[in-house]
Amino acid sequence: MTVTDSQKMAYVAAQAADARVNLQFETEDGMTLNMGPQHPATHGTLRIVAQLDGEQVVRCEPIPGYMHRGYEKLCEVRTYPQVTTLINRIDWLGSFANEVPFILAAEKLMDVEAPPRAQVIRTILFELSRLGNISLFLGDLGIQLGGITIGFYAFRDREFVLNQIEAATGGRFHPNFDRIGGLKDDLPKGWIAETHRAMDRMRRLCDEFEELVLGNEIFQARTRGIGVIPADIATSYGMSGANLRATGVDWDLRRDACPPGLSYDLADWKVWTHPDGDSYARTWVRLQEVRESTHIVDQLLDSIPAGPIMAKVPRIIKVPEGEAWVATENPLGEMGYYVVSKGDLVPFRVKIRSASFNNISVVPWVTRGVFVPDVITIMASLYFILGDIDR
Amino acid sequence: MIRLSSADTPTTDAADEAVETVTDERREALLARITEVLGDAVVQSHIRPGDDLWVRVTREAWADVADASRNRLGLRFFDFLSAIDWLPSPFGRDMDAQEDLDADAAAAEPAPIVTGYAGGDTRFQLLARVFDVDEHIGVTFKADLPDEDLSAPTWTRTFLGAEWHERETWEMFGISFTGNANLAHLYLPGAFEGNPLRKDFPLLARRVKPWPGIVDVEPMPGAGDEGDSDEGGAS
Repeated sequence: MTVTDSQKMAYVAAQAADARVNLQFETEDGMTLNMGPQHPATHGTLRIVAQLDGEQVVRCEPIPGYMHRGYEKLCEVRTYPQVTTLINRIDWLGSFANEVPFILAAEKLMDVEAPPRAQVIRTILFELSRLGNISLFLGDLGIQLGGITIGFYAFRDREFVLNQIEAATGGRFHPNFDRIGGLKDDLPKGWIAETHRAMDRMRRLCDEFEELVLGNEIFQARTRGIGVIPADIATSYGMSGANLRATGVDWDLRRDACPPGLSYDLADWKVWTHPDGDSYARTWVRLQEVRESTHIVDQLLDSIPAGPIMAKVPRIIKVPEGEAWVATENPLGEMGYYVVSKGDLVPFRVKIRSASFNNISVVPWVTRGVFVPDVITIMASLYFILGDIDR
Repeated sequence: MIRLSSADTPTTDAADEAVETVTDERREALLARITEVLGDAVVQSHIRPGDDLWVRVTREAWADVADASRNRLGLRFFDFLSAIDWLPSPFGRDMDAQEDLDADAAAAEPAPIVTGYAGGDTRFQLLARVFDVDEHIGVTFKADLPDEDLSAPTWTRTFLGAEWHERETWEMFGISFTGNANLAHLYLPGAFEGNPLRKDFPLLARRVKPWPGIVDVEPMPGAGDEGDSDEGGAS
């Protein structure tokens, strides 16, 4: 059996991004290092291909797409209430936070507002998913740097937050709890006191992290001055969340552009920034964010108003014609939905703007010239969830 | 002096009481500045008071829009870049079971193209959003793309982050960006044919299996004896 040249070429083409990158990165001297899609040092299945010169990275490119699920297309054939089931799976560590901006966009188009009680509980659950998400970041960063202990601490204490989310919504990872015009259900009995206790646990985790990791000499040597991203580059790449605040840009959607339907204005809290823009700064800002988040939850728990949990909405939801953009400050950064409605049961087009997509697109820029082990710290400190890149 | 934290978060500020008028004025002012800087490039605009601003620009000025936004208008933050296919789905209501679709002939009739805010004359429209992180105000830009030439100048010269967004738009809609040297597949495999987010690209999962997927339901073990055999055998 003979193989023609065109068959060979077809085979090469079918190797997708792999072939393209491998051919591009093949060089006479130096070597190409493949990390992923199954490398233990990467999260999920993000693949990183780095061209090395000795120990230094000449060029490094992340290759997403191994988990692309086509949510934007799927959203076009789901009714509005069905969409939340899909988008729960975008950032699977902070699932509830994914639902909120989409629901808010639908509410905006329908001109519906959730009752105050639902708004406050929604905000609390939003912050709980932030805690569940970022506490894992704190643990994971330690693991990436070889300090496993804090990883166990983080997993242990995250359970308390997940338990609270489960108690209120019925789902540990995918609550699917937010509804157009309110929430599915009210809080269970004893939930408020239990959540206060969980917040104490989270604050203790922060203290433990600070003592165990942040002050650690090795940690400082591995993160200080590594992966520096200036504010100009960060805004140009559209980096958001703690990554942007770590470059000194004082911008938090919760405070500056909070969409109606969330009640952050009821709490007194601060937005922390750091001027350095390195891996350490990103870690530090996230740590403070967890602390502030526990304070937000504590304050809101004490100010839940009485009243209904759902506004009056029709049983079959048809969203009027229009376009809406709603973005919220999710655990990973700015997450927004551009929803185009044609007055139908299903959205006409949903553009999902996820935080990690922009945050990780900076990797080729920031890893130029760094040493190989620093690629791991930089990736870990940029913090991404693969589902948030691939959608 | 290094400021690590912002000032105390403002308590419910005056914006609440005057949200209709104040924010509207801000967006009017921003629109006036955009029109001043871009001149003829602005085709149409739309303001929803207290919510958002849409500006439709010409395709030729697409790159200048990015440059003016970042360097002259203070809209430094790159949010996203994508596109909209305004063609009504030729497959009708894809969410319905296929049996119902065949019975409902009206669903197959082609509907006219209706575009959204700030208007539009073409099937494909570019969609991009930039934000001002100091003034906390954002703009959604749109640009018409004629069917015979689906291309636009790249934004990557101004916004580095636009590269991935343009790659995604390229593979999902088949819109090319002149000046973006690295238009390669981002999500899809290299040999993939078609542009999935176009409305005339069928969602094959729905074509091969009727929704809501009644054939998924298999009879319980042992239940087959009870006379469910004809339902189970249908699949």
